[in-house]
Amino acid sequence: MKKGERIQVASRKGLFTLSRSAGGGWAITNSAFLGDPVTIVLDDPRDRTLYAALNLGHFGIKLRRSEDGGKTWEETSHPSFPQEPGDGLDATPSGSSVHQIWALEAGGADEEGRLWAGTIPGGLFVSDDRGANWRLVESLWNRPERSNWFGGGYDDAGIHSICVDRRDSSNVAVGVSCGGVWITEDGGQSWECRTKGMFAAYMPPERREDPSIQDPHRVAQCPANPDVLWVQHHNGVFKSSDRARQWQEISDVEPSVFGFAVAVHPADPDTAWLVPAVKDECRIPVDGKVVVARTRDGGKSFEVLRKGLPQENAYDLVYRHALDVDGSGDRLVMGSTTGSLWVSEDAGETWATVSNHLPPIYQLRFSP
Amino acid sequence: MAQVNFTPNLRRHLSVPPAEVPGASVREALDAVFERNPQLRSYVVDDQGRLRKHVVVFIDGEMVADREGLSDVIEASSELFVMQALSGG
Repeated sequence: MKKGERIQVASRKGLFTLSRSAGGGWAITNSAFLGDPVTIVLDDPRDRTLYAALNLGHFGIKLRRSEDGGKTWEETSHPSFPQEPGDGLDATPSGSSVHQIWALEAGGADEEGRLWAGTIPGGLFVSDDRGANWRLVESLWNRPERSNWFGGGYDDAGIHSICVDRRDSSNVAVGVSCGGVWITEDGGQSWECRTKGMFAAYMPPERREDPSIQDPHRVAQCPANPDVLWVQHHNGVFKSSDRARQWQEISDVEPSVFGFAVAVHPADPDTAWLVPAVKDECRIPVDGKVVVARTRDGGKSFEVLRKGLPQENAYDLVYRHALDVDGSGDRLVMGSTTGSLWVSEDAGETWATVSNHLPPIYQLRFSP
Repeated sequence: MAQVNFTPNLRRHLSVPPAEVPGASVREALDAVFERNPQLRSYVVDDQGRLRKHVVVFIDGEMVADREGLSDVIEASSELFVMQALSGG
């Protein structure tokens, strides 16, 4: 299988694998965990192990691992918060419990076995043995600013984006809703919240630029130039060219600056795709038309791409993890909360419908 | 020895035969089961050892009172059922 010819789709009711045929069509070729919510899937580019994070509802989160491309799965350990003792007055335990795995990423090519996981509540976890053991990154969890974090769409704040710098694996960017963009340059020993240039219209004026309450819906990094980060934020689109030290507002996105997903071209940091929706209190496509906004000049201008996408009475929302671009920058895939899935093979100019009948799509990505 | 039974819905995910275990409280009985079947623990209790929100334990037909500490006293003859609430769609 060539690169970019397989897509893993995590959905409300199972994991689906899509494969590209020699003729160029896409079809579902495998499924797993039918009926169970799969919140995140990772196809590890280093050893091609598949990881699927489940949220079984009654029975909590689970992490399953497959070493044969998804044919068979085994349960492995999953991130969990350390047990905290009660207050001594009774045996009641206090402390957090993981409700959802919201981000799962491989460490660098030089970090064999390392995985990063982000959760709701907002814990960052690391494993150095392919998920057999996990530890909470306490250097971030114990930051006093964390008391300012709050939930965006969920009861608790959560970590949804983890970007590992391909040049130097000790540089990691983490996106928190709602808690800012956090950067480590020493492999997670220390952290800095970098949101200069971002603003939060949902806060009182005096806290509008407070770093630890910003709501970056999604953080995406350009693989070829990891200093360039794009953020689809609750209140707009922002780009940084200096590893988050300064953010520039990108305001000319048509038809709207609101959305959840953003994808960046693997080789060109000035090319990015967004999927706009009306606004925060109305999370549907503008005028019932599903469109993709693309810039090729770093956000100065945008084209609105719509060929092959529904243009009438369409209420699909593309959530933060449901837009991806492959290693060539030509193929894109996006899935919606109403179970539609589209693929483009020409950088978003035209789209082909693969399905309109999948469960709500939480996350998807091309296999490496 | 108390008997602990599990909802058949757990069988989709792992083997949960009825267990005969020692223990003077729900916590002790469940810990004894988890010692035999470590993977089962996170299906029944959360990271802090509290009963999961949509899981319930019945002790001889009575719903557990202490969902966090699981301190409810049980007898050697007690029969426990670990069940799930019905929700979702």
